[in-house]
Amino acid sequence: MTINTPVLSEPAATDAAALPTSRVLRLPRSPKVIAGLVILGVFAVIAIIGAWIAPFSPNLTNESWVQHVLVAGTGPGTHIKADYYPLPLPPSGAHWLGTTVFAQDVWSQLLVSTQATVAVGLLAAAISTVLSIIVGVTAGYLGGGADEGLSLIGNVFLAIPGLPLLIVLADYVPAAGTSIFLVSFIIAITAWAYSSRVLRAQTLSLRNRDFVEAARVSGEGRVRIILVEILPNLIPIVAASFLFTTLYAIGAYVAISFLGLAGSPTSSPPGLWNWGYMLRETFANDAVRGGWWWWWAPPGVCIALLGTGLALLNFGIDEFINPRLRVAGLSRKAARTLGISRRPKLGLTPVVRRNVINVDVAGAEPGTP
Amino acid sequence: MRALGRRLAVYLLAAWVAVTVSFLLPRAVPGNPVAGAIARAQSSGICNVYCIKAIEAQLGFNVHTSIWVQYVQYLGNLFHGNLGFSWSENAPVTSLIASYLPWTLGLLGVATILSFVAGTAIGVVMAWRRGSFLDWLLPAATFFQAIPYFFLALVLVLIFGETGSLLHWFPSLYGFDIYGVDPGMNLPYIGSIIGHAVLPALTVILASMGGFILSMRNQMITTMDEDFVLVARAKGLRTGKVVWYAARNALLPCVSNFSVAISLVVAGQILVEIVFNYPGIGYHLYGALGALDYTLVQGIFVVITLVVLAANLLADVVYVLIDPRARQEA
Amino acid sequence: MSGPGVSALTSPGSSDAPEFAPGGDVDPVLEIKGLSVDYGFGDNAVHAVAECDLTLGRGRVLGLAGESGSGKSTLAMAAIRLLRSPGVITGGEVLFHSKRTSAGEPTPTLDLLAAGEEELRAVRWSEIAIVLQSALNALNPVSTIGAQFDELLATHRPELNRASRRDRAGELLELVGMTADRLRSYPHEMSGGMRQRAMIAMALALDPQVMILDEPTTALDVVTQREILEELMGLRDRLGFAALFITHDLSLLVEFADDIAVMYAGRLMERAPAASLFRAPRLPYTYGLLHCFPPMHGERYRMEGIPGSPPDLRDLPPGCAFHPRCKWAIPQCRQDVPKLEPLAGSPREVACWLHRGTATAPPELMLPDPTAVRTRSVSVIETSGERAV
Repeated sequence: MTINTPVLSEPAATDAAALPTSRVLRLPRSPKVIAGLVILGVFAVIAIIGAWIAPFSPNLTNESWVQHVLVAGTGPGTHIKADYYPLPLPPSGAHWLGTTVFAQDVWSQLLVSTQATVAVGLLAAAISTVLSIIVGVTAGYLGGGADEGLSLIGNVFLAIPGLPLLIVLADYVPAAGTSIFLVSFIIAITAWAYSSRVLRAQTLSLRNRDFVEAARVSGEGRVRIILVEILPNLIPIVAASFLFTTLYAIGAYVAISFLGLAGSPTSSPPGLWNWGYMLRETFANDAVRGGWWWWWAPPGVCIALLGTGLALLNFGIDEFINPRLRVAGLSRKAARTLGISRRPKLGLTPVVRRNVINVDVAGAEPGTP
Repeated sequence: MRALGRRLAVYLLAAWVAVTVSFLLPRAVPGNPVAGAIARAQSSGICNVYCIKAIEAQLGFNVHTSIWVQYVQYLGNLFHGNLGFSWSENAPVTSLIASYLPWTLGLLGVATILSFVAGTAIGVVMAWRRGSFLDWLLPAATFFQAIPYFFLALVLVLIFGETGSLLHWFPSLYGFDIYGVDPGMNLPYIGSIIGHAVLPALTVILASMGGFILSMRNQMITTMDEDFVLVARAKGLRTGKVVWYAARNALLPCVSNFSVAISLVVAGQILVEIVFNYPGIGYHLYGALGALDYTLVQGIFVVITLVVLAANLLADVVYVLIDPRARQEA
Repeated sequence: MSGPGVSALTSPGSSDAPEFAPGGDVDPVLEIKGLSVDYGFGDNAVHAVAECDLTLGRGRVLGLAGESGSGKSTLAMAAIRLLRSPGVITGGEVLFHSKRTSAGEPTPTLDLLAAGEEELRAVRWSEIAIVLQSALNALNPVSTIGAQFDELLATHRPELNRASRRDRAGELLELVGMTADRLRSYPHEMSGGMRQRAMIAMALALDPQVMILDEPTTALDVVTQREILEELMGLRDRLGFAALFITHDLSLLVEFADDIAVMYAGRLMERAPAASLFRAPRLPYTYGLLHCFPPMHGERYRMEGIPGSPPDLRDLPPGCAFHPRCKWAIPQCRQDVPKLEPLAGSPREVACWLHRGTATAPPELMLPDPTAVRTRSVSVIETSGERAV
């Protein structure tokens, strides 16, 4: 998230005046946002229907799906029984992304893995967001001792590095890999603190606004004020933090799967197929050196793409929250027509005589300048 | 100063929480994974009776003193620098970590500093020359920010690594040429270290720079809208000075955000080390996890936490140095 | 925008400021002619400033008054090419008549709108300086006042060494009533008044010919406001710079300005010597402003505000932008945009159809100009006609 909050001093809330008064999150229609939405849309669809459209089960193996290469020093001509080692098949009509060294279909694995990865990402982000709202908004609104206490807890969680803690937690809870909820919960524990600080800062600034004062004076209950007056104004920030946390959660889930802490689909109870696990297998089997790019590249590319989509959307929301980040100034077409740079130099306000503009805009007969 | 004191208190508290979590987990988790680990240790043949006893004491398995007594002992050991015994490496955890740490810190330190400096500088230029061709860096930076560290590592190995397929420029395994050179203060060794550090460092730099670029760019754009930048222009100061006025102020939130960034970089580096078999803490953590060597895992967790907390504190100190407003009593 | 709430009127300007004599005998230092500024472009362009003519006389104080959004800051910033994007200047000239003739100094007349970057740099701060509303935002927060002075002087006065620069900075601070040890302070360590003084001292560092003051005291409490303004005027007397004083508070201008110009919806609507404007407004808008606040003494009368609200610049009413709120509007006001033109027989200018041609202005807008003799205490707004008690 690009909303920067100073650690040392109080986090600077986005200028309350700059926070859009509209409660609806109206995203600017920039290409960034649209690209982000498209990417997310695609992955969301695959996450939902992936398991159904996969041509094979991800665990399914079939002798014919690997090349059998004779191990040197065995077989005919030697007195050792012929031994073969498997070589994955490159992409073909039957296997769009080829096969793995275990004779499984990569495309099916990829489709099915999308589901768990995306689900854990979203669920972890949801849990984390709820936690951060509860802690952050309460701390910001109540102030005083409650604020001190909650902030302290938040700061402590923030200071402890996320992945190492996650590793330790997942290490001791082997069942983590089998349950989306459990994994999401553990990831959420390490992720909530950052958002809660941002929300606290924003709540603090909102608390002093007139409409909240008015509600307080007119006797509205605390909970009602928080729910009805404050929360709706936090929606853009909550949305941005949700996206950021999803990005983090997917990265975290992939990381712990890669480290082997999220179980394996072939163990019992079975873990979930996810991109991180696919990468673990490729790494454990030296897929890069083997040149089996169809096996190790797709999961990584998917992670990068999904992450980029989230980041782009996050960008869009950041621009909504902080109007200065929008492409203010002249549009490209305008700048070109006027013959000036799109972002003129500071201190050199462009001078474009009005009659010149009229000529181009109206499309009328060019008059004499 | 008081602000720094409060931060220090938070970090001390965080360290205590981490240590306590590390103590409680093996004792609190149902399903007894510890038993499995000890069984494996016993069957490995490396671990003798004393070794097993030490592990049991560390993990609270088969121990008949109260939890409180164990806790006090645990803390006492910690303060004496005793993090337990690793059966898979057959050595005290502390000495093991002491040998891993310099590799990690060296790589991390160099890569992070380079990445921060370069990323921040690029962010400043991008913001100042907004609307120019540099804006194409934006989607690139976003993409690199999203790409997982270890995937980038795999890609770099593929393209540049000796074990990859394309260019074979740089070594892609280990911290130095373990077959070719002898460790020590000699040139071939040092040269080998640098050569082997190129790809891992490049990975960390590329993966983390995107975040620094975007962060500084956005902050700089916001700062450039401030009146004092306009006044600096109005004063007829040279362009470089005006940019400096803005950048110097935009840097502040970026430095304070650095604390969060360092957590992520450390996480990424762990994975990068694994891919490159780079002999740092991350790589050995991977090994320890695979071997179910819980004492080593715990020890590494505690040390990583302390390192990150120290880095956070350093960032806070730097912040106080560069922002005169922070020196005021709150 | 506030009207005069004080009862004591000082005579605007100082004793040696030239009288604004009929016939317009003024030595201009900054001439703004037909300046138009848009925000944005094409159909979406907002015409923030439309064809404004303004002349700042050497050594004079010109007040520019208007509500928020009337375009006064835009006008001033655009004139010196400091307007931020997406502002675009769409017409006009801004002539800076420098009087310095020693070798190496800027050429006598410069059109700021046609100037290049280097020419602007030569003029900025050394000839034209600005003071903004909030010194906390206008001063670099991470740098001491002394360092900021040092950078400024090092850029423009390379012949000075560090010690001389420090001395000069100290002198400047003392000029505004601060002690030289404040050079070591950071902006946040000073009070609002001190910061504003520091800003003023910095603006005066190079002895500029023109000072543009954009709401310099709005952010201060009333007492400090007065102190600073009086000090400013004292400095003006000593150093002789011309000042463009922008504010929404008409009462300040009445005391401190020689002439006042009133802006509404991006156009200049009236320009007159301060006393004349205050005692005998010609523009209905000015009249409305002056009557927004009751005076402390004199007859009681029913307060009138100005009904309605300022127009959206993207959707201006046809003809005179003020006509929907004007109680004396005539049909022509709805059709044609009035131009700022001199009134017969006086250097005053007004953009109002009531004062032109066949129209007769109401008596409230036809009060006689005050004579040259000014008294120090005027407590009553002279009116004619009925007033409800």
